[in-house]
Amino acid sequence: MEVIFLLIAISLILAGSFLFLFFRAMKGGQFDDNHTPAIRILFENEPKTKEKKEPSPTTKSK
Amino acid sequence: MSNQVKISISRETSTCYHCGEECKDDILHFGEKDFCCNGCKLVYEVLSENDLCNYYEIADKPGLSQKSVSGRDNRFDYLDDVDIIRKLVDFQNEEETHITFSVPLIHCASCIWLLENLHKLHSGIISGRVEFIKKKVQVKYLHDKISLKELVRLLSRIGYEPTINLADADKKTVEVTDKKLIYKLAVAGFCFGNMMLFSLPEYFAEAELLGEGFKKTFNYLNVMLSLPIFFYAATDYYRSAWLSIRNKAVNMDVPIAIGIVTLFTYSLFDIFILGNEGYMDTMGGLLFFLLIGKYYQQKTYDTLSFDRDYKSYFPVAVTKLVRDEEEVIPLIKLGVGDIIKVRNEELIPADSILLEGEAFIDYSFVTGEEVPVAKRKGELIYAGGRQKGKALTLTVQKSPSQGYLTDLWNNDSFEKEKVNSLESLANRISGKFTFTVLAIALGALLFWGFSGQLSMGILAFTSVLIITCPCALAMSTPFTLGNTLRVFGQGKFFLKNSHVIEKLSQVDTVVFDKTGTLTSTSEASVSYFGEPLSAESKSIIKSLVNQSTHALSNRVNTWLGGVKAIKLDEVEEISGKGLRTIYKSQEIRLGSADFVGAGTKGLPEGGNLVFFAVEGMMLGYFFIQSGLRKGIETVVSDIKEKFPVHFLSGDQDHERVNLVKVFGNRILMSFNQSPGDKLVYIKNLNQAGVHTLMIGDGLNDAGALRESQVGIALTDKITNFSPASDAIMDAGVIQKLPAFLDFAKTSRKIIKASFGLSFTYNIVGVYFAVQGLVSPVFCAILMPVSSISVVVFTTLTTNYLAYRKGIKDKIW
Repeated sequence: MEVIFLLIAISLILAGSFLFLFFRAMKGGQFDDNHTPAIRILFENEPKTKEKKEPSPTTKSK
Repeated sequence: MSNQVKISISRETSTCYHCGEECKDDILHFGEKDFCCNGCKLVYEVLSENDLCNYYEIADKPGLSQKSVSGRDNRFDYLDDVDIIRKLVDFQNEEETHITFSVPLIHCASCIWLLENLHKLHSGIISGRVEFIKKKVQVKYLHDKISLKELVRLLSRIGYEPTINLADADKKTVEVTDKKLIYKLAVAGFCFGNMMLFSLPEYFAEAELLGEGFKKTFNYLNVMLSLPIFFYAATDYYRSAWLSIRNKAVNMDVPIAIGIVTLFTYSLFDIFILGNEGYMDTMGGLLFFLLIGKYYQQKTYDTLSFDRDYKSYFPVAVTKLVRDEEEVIPLIKLGVGDIIKVRNEELIPADSILLEGEAFIDYSFVTGEEVPVAKRKGELIYAGGRQKGKALTLTVQKSPSQGYLTDLWNNDSFEKEKVNSLESLANRISGKFTFTVLAIALGALLFWGFSGQLSMGILAFTSVLIITCPCALAMSTPFTLGNTLRVFGQGKFFLKNSHVIEKLSQVDTVVFDKTGTLTSTSEASVSYFGEPLSAESKSIIKSLVNQSTHALSNRVNTWLGGVKAIKLDEVEEISGKGLRTIYKSQEIRLGSADFVGAGTKGLPEGGNLVFFAVEGMMLGYFFIQSGLRKGIETVVSDIKEKFPVHFLSGDQDHERVNLVKVFGNRILMSFNQSPGDKLVYIKNLNQAGVHTLMIGDGLNDAGALRESQVGIALTDKITNFSPASDAIMDAGVIQKLPAFLDFAKTSRKIIKASFGLSFTYNIVGVYFAVQGLVSPVFCAILMPVSSISVVVFTTLTTNYLAYRKGIKDKIW
């Protein structure tokens, strides 16, 4: 049963580090704006791809 | 493919590729795309040159019409001023500058995409980052490569001109306060969760199998975890309780603080001296629930601003004339006697005398009246109006902050924080509550003490204090108010904070501003007098007013309804005077009295007149009165039944008769009220001991809104400018005002009912506590059960009653 002491230590460290990460995220402003990132993620990384692909869809096939 | 189809459709109907508006006059072609105006085309050119046409693919027709954008080149010259730059930027080092602009035009995904790809437009820009809800963009740039002025000009060239006003240059406010609560909540949650785990041995008898060693360790771990709660998460309660006691009052936080301290010290004693398990988990839970309640109560509306003064409306810079040379200077440097130039659509920055030009000043932001006022040479023009028409030359009479309107903000009322003269319901009860609890606790101590069992007495004493710790009581108010706040918000009635609800429930006098609040520009009443209009004349008038954006033209246009317009060769609009055209070689004029050459003797007053004349002969006139807002009669008559109603108006009293006719004669009306008068009027009411609710819309009501117990700013569009107030209401829901007032009272009743509920728990708890029968497990169950049941009760009743009273459409 002594293993419980070890488990407690691990669980506390784990939970504590989550708390720390939450603090850091909060300080870093990750929760300041929770609308824009939802839109931002939908943007293509390379905006040019769309038009160039359309006329010749078979040129590049990996 | 779908993309191409879309384009071909848009070509048939000929809508602008940039903004999606119908191309009315002449269509500009550029690269197979149609544009409604040069501005839109320019934006497209800039974007296509820089390979940013993806902008047009993310959202359909993402741009906004560039027709009304001023093309004047030197309008950003003030951004060269070092003082101004320093005040505007967030951060600056040798290379980089960071600045946050407010761009009200941000409205779709394309906007975000473009503004975050600014670095492709200019090598000096490092990055742009949009905060969509707040409509802000933070730009980082290298100030050696691009100056602030060029940056703003670039933004305006792509159609996203930032609004930079005096408030931006005045001070930078940083909000950090509400983050602290979240940190505390996180700490309390973390500690509470772990403490519950470590308290398992006390909850379940089976856990005894673990043995004594574990129990001890768990208890010590609990003590360790309780330290951050006691010394960090609970600090707000100590501070507030201490402040309250120092002011010789007892607020809700006093019994809470007593409870926390007792829980903590007694648990320490219990664990270290007696070797028992203590109440640390109860304390953790208590703080966690209390902080959740506090957090729930703080509903904020990011898109709204409740504390704007004239500075968020006034420009940062003005055009000053120095020996006939134009020079753009910051407004703060404007002095009395300076000669300034104000162009079309620009704001009069200070009280000034008109030297040159024809002034037609639109005071809609100030008074709510949309029809521009004409001013002659030599007349004094008050600050805050917007010039409609040609450029003016003025000489400044008073410094911008000392004007007729702006002097309002020098009043004492704006100096001090709005004090809450009323004690909140919770605080009133908590005084009695605390003393009762202390009396019971002492009574138990004395009883056991005299019967020779002092240790039992101490146990009973602490048990009473622990069990009555007013968690459920303290949860009633924040959750009821938090729910009410959300219910109101869904009904488009946005409150600054939850205190407003309690203040609203006390209101016993309602004061309305007239122009813009009771009346609405969109509800104008138009009547025509004179020779009857033939179908042909109607068509002519229709096509005349179609060409004009003047407020009165729009009203005549609405009055004409679906009359078919005929094609006129040339319509000339003489700004501030009227419209002129030639039809079948007859000159037709529509406009003011001197424009058509008519006399105004014996004509109705209290409204605007628009004359219709053919070949110099006045045939008739339109009499246009600003109409009353839809449903306002029932609102006023509902409120009139319960409270005295006052009307304040800055206008002459010629409309008194009309108003009496509609609203009855029990309303106290005051006319000719300056912004300062309105403030004094409310102040006098307050001194007479009544609780005032002021409803206004313009900057001239700002003083009254501030001075009143509750000030509601009415606005047609929520995101528009509204003066500082306690609440912002969408003009569309004004009919619900009596229901909102009523519901504020209802929410008070809900708080009282939930107090009753939590008192029941307390009585049960005290019954066991005085006998010394309370165990940590009992506490650990009773505390969350009572709190959660109170939360459920308040949430359900608030939403259900709001639904019953018609404030909400659905229960959920």
